[in-house]
Amino acid sequence: MRTEPAAPAAAILRFRPLNFGRWAVWGLTAALFVAAPFAFDSKFSLALMSQAGIMIIFALSYNMLLGHSGMLSFGHAVYSGLGAYFAIHAMNMIGRGELFFPVSLLPLVGGAAGLLFGFVFGWLTTRRAGTTFAMITLGIGEMVFAASLMFPGFFGGEAGISGNRTVGAPFLGIDGLDFSRDIQVYYLIAAWCLASMVAMFALTATPLGRIANAVRDNPERAEFIGYNTQRVRWLMLMLSAFFAGIAGGLMAINLESVGSEALSAIRSGGVLLAAFIGGVAFFFGPIIGAIVFVFFAVALSEYTKAWQLYLGLFFVILVMFAPGGLASLILMNLRVIKFGKFRRLLDPYVGVILSGLALTVGIVLLIEFTWHRTLDIALGATVTVAGFAFDTSQPQPWVLAVVIVLAAGAAFEFMRRRFKAEWDAIQIEIETWLRDNPQDKP
Amino acid sequence: MTPALQLAQLTKRFGRTEIIRGVSLAVAPGERHALIGPNGAGKSTLFNLISGRHAPSSGTIALDGADITGRKPFEINRLGLSRSFQITNLFHRLTAFENLRCALLWSLGYRYSFWHRLNGLREVERRAEEILLRIGLQRRHKTPAGLLTYAEQRALEIGVTIAGGARVILLDEPTSGMSRSETAAAVALIKELTQGRTLLVVEHDMSVVFGLADRISVLVYGEIIASGTPAEIRANAQVKEAYLGRHAQAAV
Repeated sequence: MRTEPAAPAAAILRFRPLNFGRWAVWGLTAALFVAAPFAFDSKFSLALMSQAGIMIIFALSYNMLLGHSGMLSFGHAVYSGLGAYFAIHAMNMIGRGELFFPVSLLPLVGGAAGLLFGFVFGWLTTRRAGTTFAMITLGIGEMVFAASLMFPGFFGGEAGISGNRTVGAPFLGIDGLDFSRDIQVYYLIAAWCLASMVAMFALTATPLGRIANAVRDNPERAEFIGYNTQRVRWLMLMLSAFFAGIAGGLMAINLESVGSEALSAIRSGGVLLAAFIGGVAFFFGPIIGAIVFVFFAVALSEYTKAWQLYLGLFFVILVMFAPGGLASLILMNLRVIKFGKFRRLLDPYVGVILSGLALTVGIVLLIEFTWHRTLDIALGATVTVAGFAFDTSQPQPWVLAVVIVLAAGAAFEFMRRRFKAEWDAIQIEIETWLRDNPQDKP
Repeated sequence: MTPALQLAQLTKRFGRTEIIRGVSLAVAPGERHALIGPNGAGKSTLFNLISGRHAPSSGTIALDGADITGRKPFEINRLGLSRSFQITNLFHRLTAFENLRCALLWSLGYRYSFWHRLNGLREVERRAEEILLRIGLQRRHKTPAGLLTYAEQRALEIGVTIAGGARVILLDEPTSGMSRSETAAAVALIKELTQGRTLLVVEHDMSVVFGLADRISVLVYGEIIASGTPAEIRANAQVKEAYLGRHAQAAV
C-alpha cells in the first residue's frame, strides 16, 4: 500500500514497524513531565501541575465518550468520584493493616470501581444515544450525588472521607519514598498520566476505537455492517469510566480527602468544559483543555474570586470564535504556516492581540470593581488589581475602565474584521488548492 | 435448492395504512433480481423489512432457509445479508479507506476488539485497499467520505455494502442521480462486485434493470403483480398497463 506519493518527511516518520514520529512525541511528553518540577519548583506550581495531570486523564476519558463515540455525558463525575471514594477507603484499609496493597497502585482500585459502575450504569444509559443518553446521564449523576448524602457511612456526609497516603510499605521498598512529599505525588501522577494517555491513544487505533467513530458518525449504518451499537457504546463507556476512575484514585491520593463534591454536577460540567475548550475532535484537544481549565480553577482562583465568571466568559468567546476548541485553532494556524502564508497574518494578529489585551484589561477592571463593591465592600472601598490600587468609591476608576472598554472594544472590532478578511482569504486559497490537488500535500 | 432469500406472505402496516400487502418472493442463489415499480409502491419498505430496519406486521423472511423475521439489522448482517441505501449513508467524518476498513472488521472476526492494533491487521488493510481500487477511489484514500463527490459517495456506498463478504446483497437505487456515463460505470462495477453472490436491486432506470437482472419482479401498491425473466416482463400486458407504459421510451 501507500503507493501514492506522500510528503517525504511524513513517510520517513511513519515507516513500519516503528513509528518514530509517535515515539518522539511520547518521549518528549515524558521528558516534559520529568523536567517540569525543575522549572517550576514552588509548592503552588507543583500542586497546579499535579491537578493538571489528573484533569488530563479525566478530560481524555471524557472525550472517549464525547469526541470519539458521540455521547454527550452530563454525569461523568460519577465514575471519577466513586473511583476516588473506593481508593480512599482502600487507602484507609491499608492504614489499618486490613489490606496489603501499594499506595502507588491505588488508582487501579479507582479504575476498577469506575469500570464496575460503568458496567452497571452504562447498561442503563447506553441503551439510547443522543439527547436521551445525555438526559439519563444527568439523572444518574443527580441520583448518585443524592445517594452520597444518604449513606454517610461510606461517603462521609458533609465532611467526606479523609485518608493518609503515607501508609503501607514505601514505593519499591525504598526508604523515604512514601509520598509524604508533594514532589513524589507529582511524579506518581505524572507516571499514571503518561500511561493513561498512551493507553487511551492506543485505544483510538483499535477495532473498537474505530467502530466507536463509525457509531458516532452514523449509528444506523454501523448496525448494517454487523455492529450492535448499544454494545459499542457500553464498552466505550466502561473503558472511559475505568480511566475516569484512575483519575479519581489519583485525586484521593493527591488531596488525601474525598467529599461528595467529587460526584457533583459541577465536576461533571467542569470536565465537559475542559474537553470542549481543548477541542473534542482531536485526541490531544482535551489535554490542552485540562491544562487551561486547571489554570482557571486553581491558579486564577488564587488571584480573584470571580474566576468562574472569567472561565465562563472565556468559554463563550472560544465557542463563538473557535467552535473546534483550542486544538482546532492551533491546527488551523499550523496549516497556514505549512502553506507558507503565515506572514500575511502577522500584522493582523498583532493588531487583534494588542486590542484584545486592552479590551481584556478594561473588562477585568469593571468586573473586579463590581465584584468588590457588591461582595467585598466590608473590606473597604479600595481594590487592588495587578498591583494597582483603585478607590471604587470615586468616579475616576470607573470612568477609566469604561473608556478603556469602549476605546479598546472599537479598536478590537476593527482589528477583528481586518484579521477575518485576511484569514478567510487564506482559508479559501488553501481549500481551493486542496480541491485542485486532492492527492499531494505541500 | 433452498432459495438465498425467501419472502412468504409478508405484510407491513403503518397505522391503518398497509404498505406491503402479502408479498411472496424467492430469489435463487447467484441470481440477480431486480425489483421495479412506480413511486410509493413499497420497494424501499420491502428492503427495510428484509434488512431488519423495520419488523414486518406478518409473514416470514428466510435467508438461506434460516428464519430472520424481526431480527435486528446487525444480526441479519452477520448471517450474510448486506444492503446499501438510496440516500448515501456513510461514516462521513471517516476517510474512504476507514469506511471500508470498518465494513470489514466484523466479518474478519475482530468484533469489539480493543487488544488488536488496527494498523497491524494486514488482511483487513489489504482487502480495504483492494476494494478501494475496484471502486476507483484509490486516489481518495485519505479523503473523508463527507467530502467525496456524489458519484464517489455512491461508489463507496456500494463498496461498504459488499466489503463484509455478504452472500446476499440488497442495493437500493444504486444509480439514482447519476449521469449516463456514471450509470454505465456503476452497472459494470455492480456486475463485477456481485459476481457469485445473490443480488436484489431496486432501480428506476430501465436500462440498468434490463442490463443487470436475470429476473425481475414488479411491485405495485404493495403487491407483486408479475415476476419473471426480462423478456417475460417486457411482454406482460398487466405490467405494461400498470407501469411500463409510462416508461415505454426508457425501456430501450
